[in-house]
Amino acid sequence: MITPTTTPSLNTMFRFQWEKAQNCFVLLFPEGMVKLNGSAGEIMQLIDGEKTVQQITETLQNKFPEGGDLSNDVNEFITTAIEKKWLYNDH
Amino acid sequence: MTIKQVNNLANKQESTQKEAPQKTPVGPPLWLLAELTYDCPLHCPYCSNPTELGDTEKELTTQEWCQVFTQAREMGAVQLGFSGGEPLLRKDLEVLVKHARELGFYTNLITSGIGLTEKRIAKLKTAGLDHIQISFQGADPEVNDAIAGRGNAYQQKFKMAKSVKAQGYPMVLNFVISKQNIEQIPEIMRLSCELEADYVELATAQYYGWAYTNRDHLLPSKEQLIESERLVNEFRDQQEGKGPHFIFVTPDYFETRPKACMNGWGTTFLTVTPDGSALPCHSAKMLPLTFPNVKDKSISDIWQQDFSFDYFRGDDWMPQPCKGCDEKEKDFGGCRCQAYMMTGDMHKTDPVCSKSEDHHLIQQAIESATNPSRVIEKRINPTINKHGKDSRLNITRVKV
Repeated sequence: MITPTTTPSLNTMFRFQWEKAQNCFVLLFPEGMVKLNGSAGEIMQLIDGEKTVQQITETLQNKFPEGGDLSNDVNEFITTAIEKKWLYNDH
Repeated sequence: MTIKQVNNLANKQESTQKEAPQKTPVGPPLWLLAELTYDCPLHCPYCSNPTELGDTEKELTTQEWCQVFTQAREMGAVQLGFSGGEPLLRKDLEVLVKHARELGFYTNLITSGIGLTEKRIAKLKTAGLDHIQISFQGADPEVNDAIAGRGNAYQQKFKMAKSVKAQGYPMVLNFVISKQNIEQIPEIMRLSCELEADYVELATAQYYGWAYTNRDHLLPSKEQLIESERLVNEFRDQQEGKGPHFIFVTPDYFETRPKACMNGWGTTFLTVTPDGSALPCHSAKMLPLTFPNVKDKSISDIWQQDFSFDYFRGDDWMPQPCKGCDEKEKDFGGCRCQAYMMTGDMHKTDPVCSKSEDHHLIQQAIESATNPSRVIEKRINPTINKHGKDSRLNITRVKV
């Protein structure tokens, strides 16, 4: 369960990087790869173990003012990413 | 080295993207397997290396490998496996890892653990190595070392697995499961927990190279497999999301449809053998096709233009029953090497498929494994001269 003050960080098992050939951000792990869609890539770029979910949402809101309320998208992705163990959930 | 390790790579790809797959005819080789040397300190009878290992004097140099990595990365390769044989025997491994990591590869070391030291684990970390996979042959010294054909192997592996985790690497343990160790599944799972593995591959041997020669001694019975799978599921249920992620892979001999070998020929995987041969899978050298060498052609030419890489792409090559089968997009007709080894014709449907006219060969193999008629053969390693140094290329060996 995440809250606005949850501070997610990348599981050390994974490496996050831009893949030119895939034209998307990816998560790399032992012998595997997860391709991220555009919004997942935007969220992941902000995850640094310091920003809270609320700060990540606000930053994206400022970057995409035409995007409407993004909190559901952010919450949904971060919840999934924690379930999949891509992210640690550090309160 | 096992075939399964490579097949598993494709299964671990996920995507949060929903759009249709790329329309370009040939995507990049996402996976590069660099078989640095066929030389190995172990003698596992399940090894999938070719039984004719060739000449260590023809191994690619440091510079040649670096060039391969640069060219493959430019095309979009992203995962790089350092394999063999035993890749630790190459003294330039750290240099190769550093170059690959700087290019942006995710770097995987696939090792027996023999030749590893705490210091070398640290040096590889500094070079940028992302992950270490250690193979075990059994859950205790007796079984492990008998299969590996080397004393104190278990002790060394155990110690190094501890150190790999202590130094902060993600760690995969690979157990090749055969008749020789299948009764140890519960102990293997306990050992994996003790060593704090992240992923554990319980991979039943697949029958290529030495493993094909020794198949009667390796292929478990159906009853043994059912029981093992039950034990693994039971263990998983008790884990409550904690501890290693166990991956149990049954041998395709007990399936009715073939595996999607290499995720389709020339679609995802590129293997470069110690002497520079470029292959769509690491067993393909056995096939009656002429494969290119990275010393003569660029990776891009090999991948996009070479006859051998294009040969089994798509479905034009397929015979019946594959051609008219509605599952051909799923398994691509199965494994070309298996078809060739068992039927003598690399174009035929993989005999694993119950629709294949050769399926009885699989049934015979299962039957034959209940009563092996020949003795087991330990893997024989290529000879290097006694100074452990290659005279021509000056490739210095690490002493193990």
